[in-house]
Amino acid sequence: MATTIKTEWERIKGTDVWRSIFRSGSGSSNLHRSQAVQQNLLLHLFSVKIRSRALEFKPTWFLGALTLSTFIILVATGILLMFYYHPSVPQAYADMKDLQFAVASGVFLRNLHRWSAHAMVFLVFAHMFKVFYRGAYRPPRQFNWVIGVFLLLVTLLLSYTGYLLPWDQLAFWAVTVGSNIAKAVPIMGQKMRFLLLGGNEVNANALLRFYVLHCVILPLAAVALIGIHFWRIRKDGGLYVPEKKQP
Amino acid sequence: MSNTKPEAQDSPGADRLKGAIPDDDCKDCSRRQFFTKLGLGSLIVASAGAGLFTYEYFSPNVLFEASPIVKAGKPDQFPPNSVTLDPQSGIYLVNGPKGFYALQAICTHLGCLTAWKPELNLIACPCHGSRFNTDGIKVAGPAPQPLPWFKVWLADDGYLMVDRSITLKAPEWVRA
Repeated sequence: MATTIKTEWERIKGTDVWRSIFRSGSGSSNLHRSQAVQQNLLLHLFSVKIRSRALEFKPTWFLGALTLSTFIILVATGILLMFYYHPSVPQAYADMKDLQFAVASGVFLRNLHRWSAHAMVFLVFAHMFKVFYRGAYRPPRQFNWVIGVFLLLVTLLLSYTGYLLPWDQLAFWAVTVGSNIAKAVPIMGQKMRFLLLGGNEVNANALLRFYVLHCVILPLAAVALIGIHFWRIRKDGGLYVPEKKQP
Repeated sequence: MSNTKPEAQDSPGADRLKGAIPDDDCKDCSRRQFFTKLGLGSLIVASAGAGLFTYEYFSPNVLFEASPIVKAGKPDQFPPNSVTLDPQSGIYLVNGPKGFYALQAICTHLGCLTAWKPELNLIACPCHGSRFNTDGIKVAGPAPQPLPWFKVWLADDGYLMVDRSITLKAPEWVRA
Protein backbone atom coordinates (compact mmCIF):
# COMPACT_ATOMS: atom_id res chain seq x y z
CA MET A 1 0.00 0.00 0.00
CA ALA A 2 2.67 2.44 1.09
CA THR A 3 4.76 1.68 -1.96
CA THR A 4 1.73 2.14 -4.22
CA ILE A 5 1.13 5.63 -2.79
CA LYS A 6 4.82 6.41 -3.10
CA THR A 7 5.09 5.32 -6.73
CA GLU A 8 1.86 7.12 -7.60
CA TRP A 9 3.22 10.28 -5.90
CA GLU A 10 6.43 9.99 -7.92
CA ARG A 11 4.36 9.52 -11.11
CA ILE A 12 2.31 12.69 -10.35
CA LYS A 13 5.52 14.65 -9.73
CA GLY A 14 6.74 13.56 -13.16
CA THR A 15 3.62 14.72 -15.03
CA ASP A 16 3.66 17.75 -17.32
CA VAL A 17 1.07 19.53 -15.17
CA TRP A 18 3.15 19.16 -12.01
CA ARG A 19 6.34 20.16 -13.83
CA SER A 20 4.61 23.23 -15.28
CA ILE A 21 3.74 24.40 -11.75
CA PHE A 22 6.87 23.30 -9.87
CA ARG A 23 9.63 23.85 -12.43
CA SER A 24 12.56 22.76 -10.28
CA GLY A 25 11.33 19.17 -10.27
CA SER A 26 12.25 16.52 -7.75
CA GLY A 27 15.69 15.94 -6.42
CA SER A 28 17.71 16.96 -3.43
CA SER A 29 20.78 18.59 -4.91
CA ASN A 30 21.70 22.10 -3.76
CA LEU A 31 20.56 23.42 -7.12
CA HIS A 32 17.13 21.81 -6.81
CA ARG A 33 16.66 23.08 -3.29
CA SER A 34 17.75 26.59 -4.25
CA GLN A 35 15.35 26.57 -7.17
CA ALA A 36 12.51 25.36 -4.95
CA VAL A 37 12.97 28.53 -2.85
CA GLN A 38 13.59 30.86 -5.78
CA GLN A 39 10.60 29.72 -7.79
CA ASN A 40 8.06 29.97 -4.98
CA LEU A 41 6.27 33.30 -4.76
CA LEU A 42 6.24 33.31 -0.95
CA LEU A 43 9.65 31.77 -0.34
CA HIS A 44 11.57 33.78 -2.93
CA LEU A 45 11.51 36.76 -0.55
CA PHE A 46 14.14 34.88 1.43
CA SER A 47 17.63 33.85 0.47
CA VAL A 48 18.18 30.21 -0.43
CA LYS A 49 20.83 29.81 2.23
CA ILE A 50 20.93 31.19 5.74
CA ARG A 51 22.97 30.56 8.83
CA SER A 52 21.54 27.71 10.85
CA ARG A 53 21.87 29.83 13.99
CA ALA A 54 19.31 32.26 12.56
CA LEU A 55 16.74 29.46 12.75
CA GLU A 56 17.39 28.77 16.45
CA PHE A 57 15.08 30.01 19.16
CA LYS A 58 17.59 32.24 20.90
CA PRO A 59 18.25 35.07 18.39
CA THR A 60 14.59 35.90 17.70
CA TRP A 61 12.39 33.95 20.12
CA PHE A 62 10.39 33.57 16.86
CA LEU A 63 8.52 36.76 17.81
CA GLY A 64 8.24 38.07 14.23
CA ALA A 65 6.98 34.73 12.93
CA LEU A 66 4.50 34.50 15.82
CA THR A 67 3.23 38.01 15.01
CA LEU A 68 2.71 36.96 11.38
CA SER A 69 0.85 33.86 12.61
CA THR A 70 -1.58 35.95 14.65
CA PHE A 71 -2.07 38.22 11.63
CA ILE A 72 -2.93 35.22 9.44
CA ILE A 73 -5.39 33.95 12.09
CA LEU A 74 -6.93 37.44 12.24
CA VAL A 75 -7.39 37.62 8.47
CA ALA A 76 -8.94 34.13 8.32
CA THR A 77 -11.32 34.60 11.28
CA GLY A 78 -12.07 38.20 10.25
CA ILE A 79 -13.22 37.17 6.78
CA LEU A 80 -15.48 34.53 8.32
CA LEU A 81 -16.95 37.03 10.80
CA MET A 82 -17.73 39.40 7.90
CA PHE A 83 -20.26 36.88 6.57
CA TYR A 84 -22.57 37.51 9.54
CA TYR A 85 -21.84 41.15 10.39
CA HIS A 86 -23.71 44.20 9.04
CA PRO A 87 -21.90 47.48 9.74
CA SER A 88 -25.12 49.36 10.49
CA VAL A 89 -26.85 50.83 13.53
CA PRO A 90 -28.24 49.04 15.54
CA GLN A 91 -27.86 45.78 13.55
CA ALA A 92 -24.12 45.52 14.33
CA TYR A 93 -24.73 44.85 18.03
CA ALA A 94 -27.41 42.25 17.26
CA ASP A 95 -25.08 40.52 14.77
CA MET A 96 -22.34 40.40 17.37
CA LYS A 97 -24.77 38.78 19.82
CA ASP A 98 -25.96 36.37 17.10
CA LEU A 99 -22.37 35.35 16.48
CA GLN A 100 -21.99 34.62 20.18
CA PHE A 101 -25.23 32.74 20.77
CA ALA A 102 -26.84 31.61 17.50
CA VAL A 103 -24.19 31.02 14.83
CA ALA A 104 -22.46 27.61 14.84
CA SER A 105 -18.86 28.14 16.03
CA GLY A 106 -19.55 31.89 15.99
CA VAL A 107 -18.42 32.41 19.55
CA PHE A 108 -15.25 30.43 18.81
CA LEU A 109 -14.40 32.56 15.78
CA ARG A 110 -15.22 35.83 17.52
CA ASN A 111 -13.15 34.94 20.58
CA LEU A 112 -10.30 33.66 18.41
CA HIS A 113 -10.34 36.98 16.53
CA ARG A 114 -10.39 38.97 19.76
CA TRP A 115 -7.68 36.99 21.55
CA SER A 116 -5.47 36.96 18.46
CA ALA A 117 -5.86 40.74 18.22
CA HIS A 118 -4.72 41.13 21.83
CA ALA A 119 -1.89 38.66 21.22
CA MET A 120 -0.78 40.48 18.07
CA VAL A 121 -0.46 43.81 19.87
CA PHE A 122 1.50 42.10 22.65
CA LEU A 123 3.74 40.22 20.20
CA VAL A 124 4.44 43.33 18.11
CA PHE A 125 5.67 45.10 21.24
CA ALA A 126 7.65 42.06 22.36
CA HIS A 127 9.21 41.81 18.88
CA MET A 128 10.20 45.49 19.00
CA PHE A 129 11.71 45.17 22.47
CA LYS A 130 13.66 42.10 21.40
CA VAL A 131 14.97 43.87 18.28
CA PHE A 132 15.80 46.96 20.31
CA TYR A 133 17.67 45.30 23.14
CA ARG A 134 19.62 43.03 20.79
CA GLY A 135 20.62 46.08 18.76
CA ALA A 136 19.21 44.48 15.61
CA TYR A 137 17.85 47.89 14.51
CA ARG A 138 21.38 49.19 13.84
CA PRO A 139 22.77 49.72 10.31
CA PRO A 140 22.23 48.20 7.80
CA ARG A 141 18.79 47.38 9.22
CA GLN A 142 17.74 50.90 10.26
CA PHE A 143 15.18 51.30 7.47
CA ASN A 144 13.50 48.01 8.39
CA TRP A 145 13.11 49.37 11.93
CA VAL A 146 11.25 52.36 10.46
CA ILE A 147 8.96 50.01 8.49
CA GLY A 148 8.45 48.15 11.77
CA VAL A 149 7.35 51.36 13.51
CA PHE A 150 4.77 51.92 10.75
CA LEU A 151 3.62 48.31 11.19
CA LEU A 152 3.20 49.01 14.91
CA LEU A 153 1.01 52.02 14.05
CA VAL A 154 -1.06 49.97 11.58
CA THR A 155 -1.48 47.25 14.23
CA LEU A 156 -2.69 49.77 16.80
CA LEU A 157 -5.05 51.40 14.27
CA LEU A 158 -6.45 47.98 13.36
CA SER A 159 -6.97 47.32 17.05
CA TYR A 160 -8.68 50.69 17.56
CA THR A 161 -10.98 50.49 14.51
CA GLY A 162 -11.96 46.92 15.40
CA TYR A 163 -12.88 48.08 18.89
CA LEU A 164 -15.91 50.06 17.62
CA LEU A 165 -17.42 47.28 15.54
CA PRO A 166 -19.32 45.39 18.34
CA TRP A 167 -21.25 48.65 18.82
CA ASP A 168 -21.66 48.13 22.57
CA GLN A 169 -21.22 50.68 25.36
CA LEU A 170 -17.49 49.97 25.73
CA ALA A 171 -16.95 50.43 21.99
CA PHE A 172 -19.04 53.57 21.75
CA TRP A 173 -17.36 55.41 24.61
CA ALA A 174 -13.88 54.22 23.73
CA VAL A 175 -14.27 55.64 20.22
CA THR A 176 -15.89 58.82 21.58
CA VAL A 177 -12.83 59.32 23.78
CA GLY A 178 -10.40 58.27 21.00
CA SER A 179 -11.88 60.59 18.38
CA ASN A 180 -11.80 63.46 20.88
CA ILE A 181 -8.09 62.76 21.39
CA ALA A 182 -7.71 63.19 17.59
CA LYS A 183 -9.57 66.49 17.95
CA ALA A 184 -6.81 67.76 20.24
CA VAL A 185 -4.40 67.96 17.27
CA PRO A 186 -3.66 71.68 16.67
CA ILE A 187 -5.50 73.48 13.83
CA MET A 188 -6.69 70.43 11.88
CA GLY A 189 -7.90 68.34 14.86
CA GLN A 190 -11.57 69.25 14.47
CA LYS A 191 -11.46 68.48 10.73
CA MET A 192 -9.64 65.17 11.33
CA ARG A 193 -12.32 64.05 13.76
CA PHE A 194 -15.03 65.07 11.28
CA LEU A 195 -13.40 63.05 8.48
CA LEU A 196 -12.74 60.05 10.73
CA LEU A 197 -16.31 59.90 12.02
CA GLY A 198 -17.99 61.11 8.83
CA GLY A 199 -19.93 63.59 10.97
CA ASN A 200 -19.88 65.28 14.33
CA GLU A 201 -20.97 62.33 16.44
CA VAL A 202 -20.12 58.63 16.75
CA ASN A 203 -22.96 57.20 14.69
CA ALA A 204 -23.80 55.15 11.59
CA ASN A 205 -21.27 56.97 9.38
CA ALA A 206 -18.51 56.42 11.93
CA LEU A 207 -19.34 52.71 12.21
CA LEU A 208 -19.20 52.29 8.42
CA ARG A 209 -15.94 54.23 8.10
CA PHE A 210 -14.30 52.23 10.87
CA TYR A 211 -15.56 49.02 9.24
CA VAL A 212 -14.03 49.87 5.85
CA LEU A 213 -10.78 50.98 7.49
CA HIS A 214 -10.68 47.81 9.62
CA CYS A 215 -11.58 45.31 6.89
CA VAL A 216 -10.01 46.78 3.75
CA ILE A 217 -7.67 49.74 4.00
CA LEU A 218 -5.62 48.93 7.09
CA PRO A 219 -5.20 45.19 6.26
CA LEU A 220 -4.00 46.13 2.76
CA ALA A 221 -1.54 48.60 4.29
CA ALA A 222 -0.40 45.91 6.71
CA VAL A 223 0.12 43.31 3.95
CA ALA A 224 2.10 45.79 1.82
CA LEU A 225 4.30 46.80 4.76
CA ILE A 226 4.77 43.18 5.87
CA GLY A 227 5.92 42.34 2.33
CA ILE A 228 8.51 45.13 2.36
CA HIS A 229 9.51 44.23 5.94
CA PHE A 230 10.28 40.60 5.00
CA TRP A 231 11.98 41.49 1.73
CA ARG A 232 14.21 43.95 3.58
CA ILE A 233 15.34 41.23 6.00
CA ARG A 234 17.02 39.54 3.06
CA LYS A 235 18.26 42.74 1.43
CA ASP A 236 19.78 43.89 4.73
CA GLY A 237 21.78 40.70 5.09
CA GLY A 238 19.40 38.27 6.74
CA LEU A 239 18.32 38.01 10.36
CA TYR A 240 20.66 39.65 12.82
CA VAL A 241 22.72 36.93 14.47
CA PRO A 242 25.54 38.26 16.67
CA GLU A 243 28.94 36.62 16.36
CA LYS A 244 29.61 34.07 19.05
CA LYS A 245 31.83 35.61 21.73
CA GLN A 246 35.26 34.05 21.93
CA PRO A 247 36.04 32.72 25.43
CA MET B 1 30.04 42.87 -25.28
CA SER B 2 33.28 43.01 -23.37
CA ASN B 3 34.15 42.35 -19.75
CA THR B 4 36.99 44.80 -19.37
CA LYS B 5 36.26 48.21 -17.95
CA PRO B 6 37.67 50.64 -20.57
CA GLU B 7 35.87 48.85 -23.39
CA ALA B 8 32.62 48.71 -21.40
CA GLN B 9 32.55 52.49 -21.59
CA ASP B 10 32.08 52.19 -25.33
CA SER B 11 29.32 49.63 -25.15
CA PRO B 12 25.83 50.72 -26.35
CA GLY B 13 24.62 50.78 -22.72
CA ALA B 14 27.26 53.35 -21.82
CA ASP B 15 26.16 55.51 -24.76
CA ARG B 16 22.63 55.56 -23.49
CA LEU B 17 23.86 56.55 -20.03
CA LYS B 18 25.86 59.40 -21.55
CA GLY B 19 22.78 60.64 -23.36
CA ALA B 20 20.96 61.10 -20.07
CA ILE B 21 23.58 63.51 -18.77
CA PRO B 22 23.09 67.00 -20.25
CA ASP B 23 26.16 68.34 -22.01
CA ASP B 24 26.94 70.91 -24.68
CA ASP B 25 26.79 68.40 -27.53
CA CYS B 26 23.27 67.38 -26.57
CA LYS B 27 20.99 68.88 -29.21
CA ASP B 28 17.55 67.95 -27.89
CA CYS B 29 18.29 68.25 -24.18
CA SER B 30 16.26 71.42 -23.70
CA ARG B 31 13.30 69.72 -25.37
CA ARG B 32 13.68 66.69 -23.08
CA GLN B 33 13.96 68.87 -20.02
CA PHE B 34 10.87 70.76 -21.12
CA PHE B 35 8.86 67.55 -21.44
CA THR B 36 10.20 66.26 -18.11
CA LYS B 37 9.08 69.47 -16.40
CA LEU B 38 5.76 69.38 -18.22
CA GLY B 39 5.22 65.78 -17.11
CA LEU B 40 6.20 66.46 -13.50
CA GLY B 41 4.07 69.61 -13.42
CA SER B 42 0.98 67.84 -14.67
CA LEU B 43 1.59 65.04 -12.15
CA ILE B 44 1.72 67.59 -9.33
CA VAL B 45 -1.48 69.27 -10.56
CA ALA B 46 -3.20 65.88 -10.91
CA SER B 47 -2.06 64.82 -7.40
CA ALA B 48 -3.33 68.06 -5.88
CA GLY B 49 -6.64 67.56 -7.67
CA ALA B 50 -6.86 63.97 -6.47
CA GLY B 51 -6.12 65.14 -2.92
CA LEU B 52 -8.85 67.77 -3.09
CA PHE B 53 -11.26 65.26 -4.66
CA THR B 54 -10.56 62.76 -1.85
CA TYR B 55 -10.98 65.39 0.85
CA GLU B 56 -14.28 66.61 -0.63
CA TYR B 57 -15.56 63.08 -1.12
CA PHE B 58 -14.86 62.11 2.49
CA SER B 59 -16.52 65.24 3.93
CA PRO B 60 -20.27 64.54 4.00
CA ASN B 61 -22.37 67.45 2.68
CA VAL B 62 -25.59 66.24 4.25
CA LEU B 63 -25.66 64.79 7.75
CA PHE B 64 -28.59 62.97 9.26
CA GLU B 65 -27.76 64.16 12.74
CA ALA B 66 -30.17 65.56 15.32
CA SER B 67 -31.06 69.25 15.13
CA PRO B 68 -29.14 71.44 17.57
CA ILE B 69 -32.45 72.96 18.73
CA VAL B 70 -34.16 70.81 21.35
CA LYS B 71 -37.63 71.11 22.82
CA ALA B 72 -36.74 70.50 26.46
CA GLY B 73 -40.23 70.47 28.00
CA LYS B 74 -42.74 72.69 29.79
CA PRO B 75 -41.40 74.71 32.74
CA ASP B 76 -43.71 72.96 35.24
CA GLN B 77 -42.02 69.62 34.37
CA PHE B 78 -38.92 70.79 36.23
CA PRO B 79 -39.31 71.17 40.02
CA PRO B 80 -37.56 74.15 41.66
CA ASN B 81 -33.84 73.62 42.36
CA SER B 82 -33.63 70.54 40.13
CA VAL B 83 -31.12 69.33 37.60
CA THR B 84 -32.63 67.17 34.85
CA LEU B 85 -30.51 65.21 32.38
CA ASP B 86 -31.76 64.46 28.89
CA PRO B 87 -29.32 61.77 27.73
CA GLN B 88 -30.64 61.82 24.14
CA SER B 89 -29.78 65.46 23.53
CA GLY B 90 -26.89 65.60 26.03
CA ILE B 91 -28.11 68.59 28.06
CA TYR B 92 -29.00 69.36 31.67
CA LEU B 93 -31.97 71.62 32.19
CA VAL B 94 -31.47 73.36 35.54
CA ASN B 95 -34.26 75.10 37.38
CA GLY B 96 -32.23 77.28 39.75
CA PRO B 97 -33.12 80.14 42.09
CA LYS B 98 -32.52 82.72 39.33
CA GLY B 99 -34.42 80.81 36.65
CA PHE B 100 -33.90 78.15 33.97
CA TYR B 101 -30.67 77.47 32.17
CA ALA B 102 -29.18 74.62 30.14
CA LEU B 103 -25.74 73.04 30.55
CA GLN B 104 -23.95 70.77 28.12
CA ALA B 105 -23.94 67.24 29.60
CA ILE B 106 -20.97 66.15 27.45
CA CYS B 107 -17.74 66.36 29.41
CA THR B 108 -15.28 68.93 28.04
CA HIS B 109 -12.40 66.51 28.61
CA LEU B 110 -12.96 63.69 26.09
CA GLY B 111 -16.65 63.77 25.32
CA CYS B 112 -18.24 61.29 27.73
CA LEU B 113 -21.82 61.72 28.92
CA THR B 114 -21.77 62.98 32.50
CA ALA B 115 -24.26 62.10 35.25
CA TRP B 116 -26.03 64.18 37.89
CA LYS B 117 -25.20 63.08 41.44
CA PRO B 118 -27.87 64.60 43.74
CA GLU B 119 -26.19 63.25 46.89
CA LEU B 120 -23.02 65.22 46.06
CA ASN B 121 -24.86 68.13 44.42
CA LEU B 122 -22.35 67.68 41.56
CA ILE B 123 -22.21 66.63 37.92
CA ALA B 124 -19.73 63.75 37.57
CA CYS B 125 -18.07 62.21 34.52
CA PRO B 126 -17.70 58.40 34.64
CA CYS B 127 -14.74 58.26 32.24
CA HIS B 128 -11.93 60.17 33.95
CA GLY B 129 -13.54 61.55 37.13
CA SER B 130 -14.13 65.21 36.26
CA ARG B 131 -16.69 66.91 38.51
CA PHE B 132 -18.66 70.11 37.95
CA ASN B 133 -21.01 72.14 40.12
CA THR B 134 -24.50 73.13 39.00
CA ASP B 135 -23.07 76.24 37.27
CA GLY B 136 -20.87 74.00 35.14
CA ILE B 137 -17.68 75.10 36.91
CA LYS B 138 -15.11 72.30 37.23
CA VAL B 139 -14.36 71.35 40.83
CA ALA B 140 -12.22 68.25 40.23
CA GLY B 141 -10.64 66.13 37.51
CA PRO B 142 -8.92 66.64 34.15
CA ALA B 143 -11.60 68.66 32.28
CA PRO B 144 -9.90 71.71 30.70
CA GLN B 145 -13.08 73.84 30.40
CA PRO B 146 -16.27 74.38 32.40
CA LEU B 147 -19.47 72.88 30.98
CA PRO B 148 -20.82 75.43 28.48
CA TRP B 149 -24.18 77.12 28.93
CA PHE B 150 -26.59 76.81 26.00
CA LYS B 151 -29.06 79.38 24.75
CA VAL B 152 -32.49 78.81 26.35
CA TRP B 153 -35.77 80.56 25.55
CA LEU B 154 -39.46 80.11 26.13
CA ALA B 155 -41.33 79.38 22.91
CA ASP B 156 -44.82 80.70 22.12
CA ASP B 157 -46.32 77.28 22.78
CA GLY B 158 -45.00 77.40 26.36
CA TYR B 159 -42.11 74.97 25.83
CA LEU B 160 -38.56 75.64 26.94
CA MET B 161 -36.26 75.49 23.92
CA VAL B 162 -32.49 74.89 23.96
CA ASP B 163 -30.10 75.65 21.08
CA ARG B 164 -27.04 73.43 21.49
CA SER B 165 -25.14 75.28 18.78
CA ILE B 166 -25.14 78.58 20.72
CA THR B 167 -22.99 78.69 23.85
CA LEU B 168 -23.45 81.71 26.11
CA LYS B 169 -20.49 83.92 26.97
CA ALA B 170 -22.19 85.26 30.12
CA PRO B 171 -24.83 83.41 32.17
CA GLU B 172 -28.45 84.07 31.24
CA TRP B 173 -31.47 82.81 33.15
CA VAL B 174 -34.92 82.32 31.74
CA ARG B 175 -37.91 83.16 33.96
CA ALA B 176 -41.07 81.22 33.30
